[in-house]
Amino acid sequence: MAIRVQAAAFDPGQELNALHAANTGIGAVVGFVGYVRDFNDGRDVGGLFLEHFPGMTEKALARIVEEANQRWPLLRVDILHRIGRLEPGEPIVFVGTASAHRQAAFEACNFVMDYLKTRAPFWKKEDTAEGPRWVEGRASDQDAAGRWAKG
Amino acid sequence: MIRVQFFARYREVLGLAEDRLAWDADLATVGDLREHLVQRGDLWAETLGERGLMCARNEELCGLAEPLRDGDDVAFFPTVTGG
Repeated sequence: MAIRVQAAAFDPGQELNALHAANTGIGAVVGFVGYVRDFNDGRDVGGLFLEHFPGMTEKALARIVEEANQRWPLLRVDILHRIGRLEPGEPIVFVGTASAHRQAAFEACNFVMDYLKTRAPFWKKEDTAEGPRWVEGRASDQDAAGRWAKG
Repeated sequence: MIRVQFFARYREVLGLAEDRLAWDADLATVGDLREHLVQRGDLWAETLGERGLMCARNEELCGLAEPLRDGDDVAFFPTVTGG
């Protein structure tokens, strides 16, 4: 498991390949890459600044990975999230999951992203023509995370 | 002593990244601490009083019913928007 919170850019292809590298028991790798859009909530976005809560962020991500490991038979989970200044088109987040069979990797990747979006202390501030604005949390993200609740 | 941190929009609107409050047994929960801070004025009520508020105690997400102890590190922040 690797959890990285960094200002530096990353190469999603390299991250995806690294997931499989050391373990030939892995039969399936699923990767998600999130990018900075140039448009959000009806306005052009010229870039954004990503703030986080140093100290808590890594712990929150580790807890999400721990929970994914309890739910699915995973062989590896990597999370990489950028902070600081980002331009449209740049990768902002990578989540990769590896398992013997595909369903666990697909579902766990989806789960990790849903929980990251609602439980990890990151905040986006976008640059728009009207000036910078903090992105508001979305109810749809809360709903997406809620579907993993155990009944 | 309780350390309180504010992040993102809350920090900007309040003009404050962190504050320290003397320990008070009346502040039994994180919700009590929130209520105490909301009483400070309009800006406090507008930010910390909002629905989407999230909080953490000692760097773990928690609910408003979370018990508070002397020496705790509490954080209040708007709904997270990473990913």
